[in-house]
Parts: sequence; C-alpha cells; structure tokens
Amino acid sequence: MNNILEVHNVVKRYAQHTALNNVSINVPKGLIFGLLGPNGAGKTSLIRIINQITGPDEGHILFNGQKLQPEHIKEIGYLPEERGLYKKMKVGEQLLYLAQLKGLSEKQAMEKLKEWFIKFDIKTWWTKNVEDLSKGMQQKIQFVATVLHEPQLIILDEPFSGFDPINANLIKDEILELKKKGTTIIFSTHRMESVEELCDHVALINKSHKVLDGPKKQIKEQFKTHTYSVEYLGDLSDEYADFDIIKTETVEDNYKKSTIKLKPEVPVNGLVRQLIDKVEIRTFGENIPSMNDIFIAAVNEIPQ
Amino acid sequence: MKNIFLVLKREYLTRVRKKSFIVMTILGPLLIGAFYGFIGWTAMSSISLKKVEVIDESNLFKGKFKNTEELSYTYSSQSLDAAKKYFSKSKQDALVYIPKDIMENPKGVKIFSEKSLSIELQNGIEKTIENEIENIKLTEAGITQKVLEDAKMNVSTETISLSAEGEKSNSAVAATIIGYICAFLIYITVFIFGVQVMRSVMEEKTSRIVEVIISSIKPFELMMGKIIGVALVGLTQFTLWIILSFAVTTAATAMFGEKFAGSPQQRMEQVKNMPQAQEIEKQVKKESSKGVGLYGRAMKAVQTLPWVTILVCFIFYFLGGYLLYSALFGAVGSAVDSETDVQQFMLPITLPIIFAIAIAQFVIREPDGNLAFWTSMIPFTSPIIMMVRIPFGVPAWQIILSMVILTGGFIGTTWLAARIYRVGILMFGKKPTFKEIGKWIFYKG
Repeated sequence: MNNILEVHNVVKRYAQHTALNNVSINVPKGLIFGLLGPNGAGKTSLIRIINQITGPDEGHILFNGQKLQPEHIKEIGYLPEERGLYKKMKVGEQLLYLAQLKGLSEKQAMEKLKEWFIKFDIKTWWTKNVEDLSKGMQQKIQFVATVLHEPQLIILDEPFSGFDPINANLIKDEILELKKKGTTIIFSTHRMESVEELCDHVALINKSHKVLDGPKKQIKEQFKTHTYSVEYLGDLSDEYADFDIIKTETVEDNYKKSTIKLKPEVPVNGLVRQLIDKVEIRTFGENIPSMNDIFIAAVNEIPQ
Repeated sequence: MKNIFLVLKREYLTRVRKKSFIVMTILGPLLIGAFYGFIGWTAMSSISLKKVEVIDESNLFKGKFKNTEELSYTYSSQSLDAAKKYFSKSKQDALVYIPKDIMENPKGVKIFSEKSLSIELQNGIEKTIENEIENIKLTEAGITQKVLEDAKMNVSTETISLSAEGEKSNSAVAATIIGYICAFLIYITVFIFGVQVMRSVMEEKTSRIVEVIISSIKPFELMMGKIIGVALVGLTQFTLWIILSFAVTTAATAMFGEKFAGSPQQRMEQVKNMPQAQEIEKQVKKESSKGVGLYGRAMKAVQTLPWVTILVCFIFYFLGGYLLYSALFGAVGSAVDSETDVQQFMLPITLPIIFAIAIAQFVIREPDGNLAFWTSMIPFTSPIIMMVRIPFGVPAWQIILSMVILTGGFIGTTWLAARIYRVGILMFGKKPTFKEIGKWIFYKG
C-alpha cells in the first residue's frame, strides 16, 4: 500500500452550493503533498472531511487502505488555518490537554512535551498564560500541539502565516525532519514559493473540482511551453526554419533578451548551434514554469 | 466517554480555580450570614415592646386584648381628652379609644399614635374588636360559646392537610417561602450557569481553538463535557455554600439567636432587665410556658414540610432545568460570532424561564390548580413551577410524570442543540438567521 490516503469521488453539498464535486485524490506515503487552490475552492471542506469534522455526502475515503474511522483521528495531526488557543490557560496545561484529547496518556504527553520544549528552547513558557505570548510564539505552540502525538499524517493549512522568516525556517526544517521520519504531510497553502521548495506532489482544486494532480516534476513537464530565453549581443530579427522568436527586449549595455519557441522535433543542441553562429550568447536557459505560473494557468483554464 | 471526561475536567478545573469562583463561594455565605444576622437584629429590635393604651368606655373589652411579645396593652379609665394630652408625655406608642356606643356604632373606634402604626397592629386591634362584637352579638342571638367553638374547629380543619404519612399540620406561609426560594434559586442558577456555557462556547469559537478540538473529539463530546463540567461547578458551589452558610449561621445564631430564639428562662431574664416592662412579666411567662412564641411556631411549621422530597426534587429539577436550558444556551453560543448578536437568539430561550418565574406567584395562590398542573408538566417551566408546588405537597404520580417529561425534554433539547452546535461552531464571519439555524438541524454528517 503506497497511498496513506485515498479520496474516492467525494461530493460535499451545502445549502447553497457544492463545495466538492466528485473529487478523487491519492496521497502517497512519506511525501509532502501540496493541496492547492484559490480561496473558496473547497480545500478546507476536503480537509475537514479527512479530519472527520464533517462527512462526505457521497464517496468514501481510505486511510491506509481502511475505510476512514474515528480511531484514525489519533493518526492524523491537524493545524487549521483558523487556529487559536485558550487564551487564559497555561501553555503546559493546554498542550497536555490537547495531547490527551488525541489519546495520549498524561505521562506520555509529558515526556514528549519535554523533548519539544527543549528542542524549541521554550522551557520558560510552560507556566505562562497563552495570552502573554506573541502571535509567533503561539504559532509554535500550535505546531507542537499538531505533531506531538506523532501522527502518520499531518495536515497543515497555511502553516507559515504569522511567522517571521526565522521561525518560518524553523518550522520548515521541522517539516522536512518529519518527512525524513516517514511522516506524510498534506500542505495547503497559497504561497507558491513554499510549494516549490517543499512539495513532492501537488493537487489543485478549483471551483470544487480537482483540476491537477501528480508529482511536481511531472506537472512541470506537462506545463512546459518549450520556450527558451537567450541573452546575447547581435541581432536575431530574421525568420528562422527551426524556431520562432516570440519576443525580444533590450536589456542593459546593448544586450538583448529573446524568448524563443522551438519547433517540434528540433533538438535543443541544434538551436544552440544555430545561435552560436548568429550572435554572441551571454546566457541561455529553458523556461521552466514556476508553480505560480502553473497555478494561474490551471485556474484560468477552467471556463468561468 | 473518556473525551467527555477530559473536557469536563478542564472546564471544571479552570472554573473552580478562578478568583471569581473563590470570591463568590466565600462571599455568598457571608451575605447569607449578614442577611440572617440582619433579620435577627431587626427581629430583636422590633421585639422592643409596643405599648398600647386602651380607653374602653363601653367596658366590653376588659381583658380581651391579649398581650403578645410585641404588644402590651394597658387599660386606662381617664377620659379621651385627658389621655390625649397625657399621651405625648407618656411613652405609649398608641392610644385606642372605644366609645360607649360601640355596639351600635362600630366605626367609632379611634387609634391615636405619634408615628404611623404598622398595618399589622392596626389590623390586630380591629380584628379583636370585631371578634368581640361578633361574640357578643352571637351570644345575644342565643348561640352559646360551645357552638361557637365547634364552628371554629370546622374552620381550622382547612389548615390540616392529608398526606401519605398521616395527618400533619401544615403552614402555607412556610411552604410559600420555601417554594419560592427554591424556584428562584433554580431560575437564577439556570441563568447564571446557562450563560456560562454559552460564553464558554463563544470563547472557543472566537479564539478559533474549536477546530483543533473537534478534529480530535466529536462536537457532541465537547458540548456534553462542557455542560456537565459547568453543572458540577454549580453543584460544588451549592455544596460549599450550604456548608459555609451552615457554619456562618451557626455562628450568627450563637451571637444573636440565643437572645432571639433562646429558652423561655433566658427570654424572661431579658424581659426582666427592661425596667419599664416589669408589669407584663406575668403575661410573658404565660406565653413562653405555652411554647407558642413566634419563632417556635415558625420552626414547627418549617419542620412539617417534606424536606427530603424538597431536597431531592430541588437537585433533580436544578439539574434537569439546567441541562435543558444550558444545551440551548450552548447552541446559541455556537451560532453567533460576537456578543452583540447574542441578544436576538437568547430571547426565545429566556422567555419561557421568565414566564415561569412570572406565573409562579399565581401558582402559589392555587398550587393544585390547572395552571399549576400544566406548567409543572411542560419541561420548559416545570423546574421552576414544580419547585413552587412541592412544599405544598404534590401527588407522587405528578412528580414522577413531570420528571419523566423533563428528562425527555432535556434529551430532546440536547439533541437539537448538538445538531445546531456542530454546524454553528465552524461558521465564521456572518450572523445566521433563524431560518438558517433551522436548516442546520437537518444537515447530514
């Protein structure tokens, strides 16, 4: 069994609209899975169904090959986008409480909490009231609460919002650490640069439909436009048999930059060879689409 | 179950540790003690004898005005004018003038006083005179004292109620007071603790921790844990209040009570010490030896009330009423985002409670009437109304039926509230309408 989670044809309807329309997603074990989509696309609905906060109207979900059941809650850690803590409760008590709700005994929870408090160097926070902590500090506490019971699957909804770059990096390292240990992470975000950096596999939901799904590399391949950028001295304004110049602009010191689209079945080396004869090349590279480009392209592809 | 217990434990501990809880727990009995002390003190000061001088020109009422703890009558043979002149100098509180022709002109009685008299005293004097005139007229009409006594006995049977344990005398006043106190306590506590549940739900919703929690446990478990936890806080507070009040009132009794409610000997000594009261010592002695002092009568009436039933029912109706309403309060808390939206949704919940306490006074007047019966069956009003009725004695089948309906009632409201709650706590940012909340009840899964 390679998939930790399989979502099969899930439909979720609310009074006025359909939040998820026949969505199927497979989450492979041990990877960081990016769940992307614009606001209101249905991501949160799907995450809530996986967390068994609500149930699907149609379709079913398998966790490790078994039908999703209440006992699987212990194997899932969830950091919601809308998150908070009891403001008037002490940090230590609160974490103990949340861990016990996830099924840990008080003793187990205590031991694991000690490790995390040492790791994050936050030992002095134990007896502080949550309301006395800064927002970033509270986020750290929430992250600890999410992963403390060592679940197999962790769902992080916009985990970096509210973090300064240093703490964001700290959390990023923790996420990679968890991945190393074999934890699967579902990562829902709008920040494409973190998707670029962390995700192995992405799925994109738009207007309650899944529009994209697959390993990041494969998706990038799929969205490749077969265009190249070249910076050079000289002139490339003629018509050519093997490629088209899509656009040319002048950069500094007489250098020009052109975007070139290769005609089908022409090798890249052939292009380079032809260019060498004509101009003096400064840089040359393939235009690989960013996740940002893919996101925008995929979302706009769907007719309104 | 384990999750409910975890939630319950947190709710209970955070509340019990709060400063406000500790302050209220200590302050409550102190207030009760102060209240008790105040009553003792006023009772003691009001015991200071009121002296009434009677000028009886008709000579029909000699010895008919009975001296009591509060009142001492002296008869004077002076003329009214002389007495009036002398009145302000004498330390009399009131002067009663009964004209010669009282039998023909009953309106001729006059009461003079410097300060205005209490209605009680005025009524007492009027009644004594009325009774005496009645007696004389009845005797004139040929009805003997014996017939009269018989007639009186017939009247007094109405104050003896039949109950399963046999006949016992009952005091409507004590029953009214106890019934009303119990009903009012339930009214207040359902409100206080119901609103606590609501605030607690709102706190979780506005602080956004709720989504983390319901990804670990079911919304129903969270709601039930909260409701039961707050109920236990309420019971803890009651228990502590009862224990502390008992301690405080015992202390207060030690201070005031001995004089106030002490033995006849002590009271006599006390009376003896008042120099101006020595002439009534004899009367007081007679009174006390009969053991029918005000306090004694009150104690006797209180002792005849069905205390065990009252206590058991109080706990049941407190819990039942609280569970019924707090679930609804919880549902309201889940549906709203901010304090300002609360009012609109609280109204349909608070109306029945307020209605119940408002009709309680009519029920007290007729504790076995139709209104009393039906409102003590409807679960929304029964916790309050049944408590008003119980000190008067309610048939067992009615209590049991009412309890069964109340149990069904709170299971029903809890179910309903849970349906609203699970949807409401995840609805952020907009104020729902009643119609939308209605739809939530029928959402699946």
